[in-house]
Amino acid sequence: MADVLVGVVVFPGSNCDHDTEYAVASFEGVKPVMLWHNEHDLKGAKAIILPGGFSYGDYLRAGSIARFSPIMQEVIEFARKGFPVLGICNGFQVLLESGLLEGALSRNRDKKFLCTQTNIRPVNCSTIFTSLYKEDDVLSIPIAHGEGNYFAPAEVIESLEEHNQIVFKYTDALGGVTEEANPNGSLKNIAGIINRQGNVLGLMPHPERASEKLLGSLDGRPLFQSLYNHISGV
Amino acid sequence: MPYTAKIKVTLRQSILDVQGKAVEHALKNLGYGTVESARIGKYIEVTINEQDSLQAERIANEISQKLLSNPVMENYSFELEHVK
Repeated sequence: MADVLVGVVVFPGSNCDHDTEYAVASFEGVKPVMLWHNEHDLKGAKAIILPGGFSYGDYLRAGSIARFSPIMQEVIEFARKGFPVLGICNGFQVLLESGLLEGALSRNRDKKFLCTQTNIRPVNCSTIFTSLYKEDDVLSIPIAHGEGNYFAPAEVIESLEEHNQIVFKYTDALGGVTEEANPNGSLKNIAGIINRQGNVLGLMPHPERASEKLLGSLDGRPLFQSLYNHISGV
Repeated sequence: MPYTAKIKVTLRQSILDVQGKAVEHALKNLGYGTVESARIGKYIEVTINEQDSLQAERIANEISQKLLSNPVMENYSFELEHVK
């Protein structure tokens, strides 16, 4: 059987595109295909990943200009048809700016750019991105961002909770959702959310940087594997 | 003649402005004891080649909502100036 294609979008200023390509290529049965921001062709991809970085230099607001790039018009259409879209870090910011996910990411509470290992817990394992995790798993996955402080109006937070759309939360090493374990001030320790339809996931931590033993953690792999199982019909 | 839209984008009061906080602390450290707070926003000048002020105003509103501000966490306001 031919490999299933996974599109990795490349914006000017993306800097995790090749890490993501490398991570995708390390799985059986899937092959990465790079998608340039100025194109309209998704090249037959069955899932799209928006990688981390600083698209368009983070000018104006992180993700705000990328949202209007030609490729994003196709990605938005693809997502609206129900196909899987995963946004990592800057990719999450792009998804929020696109309106595919609700809320916004503002400057980290303590002003600092944070580049560190964090613990997160998959608090909803019934999604196509998390089916191989268990809800009491405590994952070790790095973050690297200056604007990861998740904010949304109270009614949006209520609705996210009601529809089980919060997928990842920052925790301590034992899985406790505490204020001390919250690196950036995100409401409810939110590290990742999914849309109501369940096909668009955005998260600040970098699963592609936790996908090889040499990198110190393999905890990001089940996320990609869950997605690939879904698109390959396993 | 075109119009210049002088657009200000500010963080909503409910959003913690960490840049503003850093500036506020610096001002207090400089001895300005009466400084109570500082908030940082963005100022954007856009020249719009429209003859009609209503049309220019409509465009200024539209671009502010669509791209220049994020309504989830920011407010915007603008002044239109006729370029002579």
